[in-house]
Amino acid sequence: MSSAQGMAAAAARRWEDRYVEIAIARLLRIGVFTAWFVVLGGALIYLHRFGRTAPHYGLFAGEPADLCSVAGVVRAALHLRGRGIIQFGLLLLIATPIARVVFSVLAFALERDRLYVVLTLIVLTVLLFSLSGYAG
Amino acid sequence: MNVFEFTVLIAAGSFAAGLLGSLTGLGGGVVVVPLLTLCFGVDIRYAIGASLISVIGTSSGAAAAYVKEGFSNIRIGMFLEIATTLGALLGAFLALHIPTAAIAFVFGLTLLYSAYTSAQPRMEAVAGSRQPDPLATKLRLNGSFPGPNGPQPYCVYRVPAGFGLMFGAGTLSGLLGIGSGAVKVLAMDQAMRIPFKVSTTTSNFMIGVTAAASAGVYLSRGYIDPGLAMPVMLSVLVGALVGSRILARAKVQVLRYVFSGVVVLLGIEMIYNALRGKL
Repeated sequence: MSSAQGMAAAAARRWEDRYVEIAIARLLRIGVFTAWFVVLGGALIYLHRFGRTAPHYGLFAGEPADLCSVAGVVRAALHLRGRGIIQFGLLLLIATPIARVVFSVLAFALERDRLYVVLTLIVLTVLLFSLSGYAG
Repeated sequence: MNVFEFTVLIAAGSFAAGLLGSLTGLGGGVVVVPLLTLCFGVDIRYAIGASLISVIGTSSGAAAAYVKEGFSNIRIGMFLEIATTLGALLGAFLALHIPTAAIAFVFGLTLLYSAYTSAQPRMEAVAGSRQPDPLATKLRLNGSFPGPNGPQPYCVYRVPAGFGLMFGAGTLSGLLGIGSGAVKVLAMDQAMRIPFKVSTTTSNFMIGVTAAASAGVYLSRGYIDPGLAMPVMLSVLVGALVGSRILARAKVQVLRYVFSGVVVLLGIEMIYNALRGKL
């Protein structure tokens, strides 16, 4: 390959990287906005129902089991429970950077960058393991 | 005080934390936990869970602004995220198993260190005669960023040392629910000699993924309370957004000193309370 072709290939890769970055930034912004409004919606229900009760954060008791797993949170949110909807919004927020990593796997695969597909899959595995409930 | 009043007060405090954190560059996360524990008497485990959530929000929200500048290096970011996410898992594991007073003590020390580094002028490290790390070439970490005279190439040095420090940064992030920007700067600027423009934006990108790795553990162990995390997450984000809007036309030097002073006081109080076994 001549050096001119090499430079063109490098420029094309930079451009692809740049394109991917812009798409990722948009994805992150959509994720954060959606999560923010879902949490706000849950907050209105929660405060409407429990606004006059006493807070109890000085003593650590842990959350009820249904607010501790992805499936439980989704169920609680579908029942339109305020705390369930808030927790669902928080899950969306946690999912936003995870979606970014999934997106990066695809982007590296399109660039045929096998090394980085593998490295990114390692990061994704760690993230999913953490959320699975088996960690800790 | 009922839940409604409590929520409004937490929201006001978190707004201030997000605003000052983004104006001074220290990040809102470092003051959310001391604010909740010292001022509102919240158990430190709930406080860390809420803070972690807010860190994911501010990091992901700010990414759009950073990408516009076009300096981040996604390969450096992804490679180092292996270290930070594994460290974050370890940090979250430690948080589940060590006494809360020990967590508070480490938190206090981290606050003092953050204040110290933010008071130091950030010096661009000069590579000098040191050879670029062959590992960096193999991993294609070297890159270039747009400069005034065309693309400015840069090389990455001491990859294993940087990777190790990033593992430590991830552990602190998972243990304390913060972005741990101070340690990331140490790893990327000082060890790996990555130019500021690249390291700042790349590290911001990594914070959200790192925090997500420990947030999963915190969620499944019941450390994330929706009633508490809600006002923190909603208002830290708004505060950070407002902060980034006024940053361009604000004189932040004085504010930075004041905020660093507050961080030092909070650090001392965290350590004092930890030693008395009150946190």
